[in-house]
Amino acid sequence: MVLLYVFLYAPIATLVVLSFNRSGQPTAWGGFSLDWYRSVIHNDAILSAVRNSVIVAVFVTAISTVIGTLLALGLARTTRSRTLDSLIFLPAVIPDIVLAIALLSFFSLIRFTLGLQSIVVAHVVFDMVFVSAIVRTRLGYFDRSIEEAAQDLGAGALGTFVRVTIPIILPGIVAGALVAFTLSVDEFVVAYFNSGPTSITFPIRIYSMIRFGVTPEINAIATFVLLVSFTAILVALRLTRRGRIRANVDLA
Amino acid sequence: MLLGPGVTWWVVFFAVPVAILFAYSFFRRGTFGGVVYDLSLDNYRRAIDPLYLNILWFSIRVAVITTGLALLIGYPAAYFIASSPRRLRLPLLVIVILPFWTSFLIRTYAWIVLLNPVGLINRSLQGLGVTDGPLPLLYNEFAIVLGLLYAYLPLMILPLYASIERLGPSVREVAADLGAPPANTFLRVTLPLTLPGIAAGCIFVFVPSLGNFIVPELLGGGRKIMMGNLIQQQFLQARDWPFGATLALFVVALMLVLLAIQARILNRERSQASDGR
Repeated sequence: MVLLYVFLYAPIATLVVLSFNRSGQPTAWGGFSLDWYRSVIHNDAILSAVRNSVIVAVFVTAISTVIGTLLALGLARTTRSRTLDSLIFLPAVIPDIVLAIALLSFFSLIRFTLGLQSIVVAHVVFDMVFVSAIVRTRLGYFDRSIEEAAQDLGAGALGTFVRVTIPIILPGIVAGALVAFTLSVDEFVVAYFNSGPTSITFPIRIYSMIRFGVTPEINAIATFVLLVSFTAILVALRLTRRGRIRANVDLA
Repeated sequence: MLLGPGVTWWVVFFAVPVAILFAYSFFRRGTFGGVVYDLSLDNYRRAIDPLYLNILWFSIRVAVITTGLALLIGYPAAYFIASSPRRLRLPLLVIVILPFWTSFLIRTYAWIVLLNPVGLINRSLQGLGVTDGPLPLLYNEFAIVLGLLYAYLPLMILPLYASIERLGPSVREVAADLGAPPANTFLRVTLPLTLPGIAAGCIFVFVPSLGNFIVPELLGGGRKIMMGNLIQQQFLQARDWPFGATLALFVVALMLVLLAIQARILNRERSQASDGR
């Protein structure tokens, strides 16, 4: 078990250590330095790629959180059909390259210009499915009789939805949004196939850097990416857990 | 009404694009790229050429080895986590899953740093006097399997954990009380009952391994190519979209076969459960 954790963390830990290595060589320790971080924040190509990725991820998160939440509520309310569930989930199971070329074919057929907008549309396809899955786990703890009680007390359908349903499943929605953001920012394959010449995202930039050879800047970028995604996911986890406990307390 | 936006997005940006891919597979490439709408089965005939069948075979082999290794490592790990004290389970599981949520490219890049001839592993081995010269760790099938295993192992452990945890220790205790030796309990009780988790984990590892083109390119050095690379080349370099679409459909077909097998396992499981067994 310890070996498993070593196997999972040693490679990324190596990158973090090397990112502070002055010599930039993976084999010789030249002393502690923040030089590579300095060189990254002065690299315009990287910064503009980060900006593109954040723009894409913000739109993707907004759209897929709304659509995904509605999807989760809808699926939970219709007669439980396993076939429908697994069909809806297909975009998350299908190999990313197949989704990538299918969307590329589609966009070129309808002459939709490739750029940040096509990446947003493409990312929502699988992100909404993930949001919906996460919100549904929250709905599993949700007691429908609370909604009925609200309506008996005179709340309208919309009022019940906004003031009862949404607050109760909110932790699930926020967790879903965080996961959607992380997935979009990190996504490479679909973005690579559906990007235009001016819409280079962060992972596409990293990919071309890696292909041109090992550069110490990548270590600094990697450390930054690890930090951001670990934080986002841990917060998402906390939210789903704390929400569950609070919901139980409220009902007690 | 709630389903409306999601289902619309799903149909327009998922079902329709995949249908277009299916349609393209019956057309052919134009002289300057693009698609010429002549119906034929030429792409399918070309796809079963030994040249491409070999690549398909190699991809399946790599994906099977990766999945097998992931199961061998993942099952004991999931079992260990599921039998830990309750409050330790979630932290142990989170630590396993966490790397999966960071950039796939960066996790792959880490192995280039470790495996290359002047990389950390080779330097350490030589420094300790274990080897004389650098071992060829990078740019071969070993590196591809290692990279895929590293990338997708968490996807194996998660469903395995879920099914082992749901089973709980009581079933095993009953079997043991009735006199079954531990090996029998595992083979005849635990293993069959966790089959749904095994099936899900295997699909989660096998399917993305098969279509992956980054790991064969970066860790395999592009010498041994897999289905993902072939599809990528047809779309981005050869600009033969109809043929690329056909190859992608082979991958989709394999995925659907596996999903059908999984559905069978789940159904059998449920009918047994309702029989009271």
